[in-house]
Amino acid sequence: MKWFALRKSLPPWACYTLSAGAFVAAFVAWAWLSHQSFVNPVFLPTPEKVWLAGKDLLGDDILWLDVKVSFVRVTSGFLLAAALAIPIGVWMGSFRALEAFLQPITEFVRYIPVPALIPMLMLLFGIDEMAKIMLIFVGVFFQLVLMVADEIRRVPYELLQASYTLGAKRGEAIRLVLWKAAMPGIFDALRLCNGWAWTYLVVAELIAANEGMGYRILKFSRFLQTPKIWVYLLLLGIIGLALDIAFRKFNQRLFHWNDTTKR
Amino acid sequence: MSLSVRQLEKVYQSRRGRVQALTPTSFEVGQNEFVSLVGPSGCGKSTLLRTLAGLEESSGGQILLDDAPVSCPGADRGMVFQNYTLFPWLTVLQNTRFSFDLEENTDYSRTDGEVMSRVGRVYSLLDLMGLSKFYDAFPRELSGGMKQRVAIARALANKPKLLLMDEPFGALDAQTREEMQELLLLLCRHEKTTVLFVTHDVEEAVFLSTRILVFSARPGRIVEDIRVPFGPDRTLDIKLEPEFNRLKRHLLELLHKEQPSGFDRNALLQKLVQNSNS
Repeated sequence: MKWFALRKSLPPWACYTLSAGAFVAAFVAWAWLSHQSFVNPVFLPTPEKVWLAGKDLLGDDILWLDVKVSFVRVTSGFLLAAALAIPIGVWMGSFRALEAFLQPITEFVRYIPVPALIPMLMLLFGIDEMAKIMLIFVGVFFQLVLMVADEIRRVPYELLQASYTLGAKRGEAIRLVLWKAAMPGIFDALRLCNGWAWTYLVVAELIAANEGMGYRILKFSRFLQTPKIWVYLLLLGIIGLALDIAFRKFNQRLFHWNDTTKR
Repeated sequence: MSLSVRQLEKVYQSRRGRVQALTPTSFEVGQNEFVSLVGPSGCGKSTLLRTLAGLEESSGGQILLDDAPVSCPGADRGMVFQNYTLFPWLTVLQNTRFSFDLEENTDYSRTDGEVMSRVGRVYSLLDLMGLSKFYDAFPRELSGGMKQRVAIARALANKPKLLLMDEPFGALDAQTREEMQELLLLLCRHEKTTVLFVTHDVEEAVFLSTRILVFSARPGRIVEDIRVPFGPDRTLDIKLEPEFNRLKRHLLELLHKEQPSGFDRNALLQKLVQNSNS
């Protein structure tokens, strides 16, 4: 059957139907399960209850404040990480010496679980906004540096040689060839890392927070208000999906010359 | 333009030890010559070309271009590679004028008129290559032959003293290849460029060259330096001339001799037949 031919493309309507089908299936499974007697309604609230809780929360300023505060935190940490990781990654991918110097230590830090760094971060940056942003920064930066360096290394060496024979010097080769050729890959890495930044949100808001989506979920769980937790979880999923689609569309438009743009 | 290669040698370390890719080799190339380098795979002809381009370091000897030693890549030696090396994020026009934006090729004493004529030259080069409808196309929209035509235009845009071509038509189909050969002949006649051309294809070498250097199997050395007697305004018809075929045959025989010694194909064939029957 053609739907299961390896790596063959499908008509767009089929892709959209399948994508939507997964959401419908998940919803049906949730609705059915939550109405079964063997399921404790405290752990798995019914869609009706979540709907009611959602109507309550959406009319409340607190929810929008949480979304705003969390968005600013995640985005600040992410942008800070990107602003440093991109140039360092480009240099690391371009120069073997810098790779030898920085790569092993970056790998080392990368494997330290981010929550384990909370005490250190609190000592260094206090318990204010800065500590939360730095936690997201640490979570993203070390991953992103390595991904950017990899994208630079993936640029065919022949493109570099072609530029040399046209008269390009080292700086020009980095700026006009390596960077330009690696940009689609780097922007795709940014898309992935933005997703990871959001996953550190709850961890970041363990640090003396008074608002934010992660903080609110922890608070709801203390009072076993599962329908409200579900509202926040669904909202986090929707924000993530929207950001991902926005990134993809942006990258496709910016790098239309690239025939291997991931769809 | 004069190119002088003196005792140029290439040795590299592999896991199995020292490999001599090119024995000390000397030759001279004068203005307007089209020199083909032919020889069996691994004979060091590509290495020689890449060393001339400055992309590889030699292990000994000297390269003099207009009496100045060559050690690193530069815009005075344009290169066309076998694989497609157009910058995929630039259009055909932007690819072709890539070198203009580089510091090395920026001459601040140039007048506006000179700059304009340089840009005009890019358009005429592309038009001559039959690419006038594709100025704004991206490389992914082009066929293999078109990509190579852009690559040649890009290498010529800045008027290099020397054009180095490393099997530029190797990946093209036979018909496109023949068209490209005619185009290249035409270009050389008008551009007065000196070309060094690496190829596997003996017919291609005879058709294009004014001179052919034949290399031995590794370690590579020049076994023969052949003058091709055809003039610059040759056409495809010369492929039918007896002299053309005589030269082609002579080259094939030379290359055949360069097979590894001790290789007896008939004996091996006999063995295969025996093993297949039992």
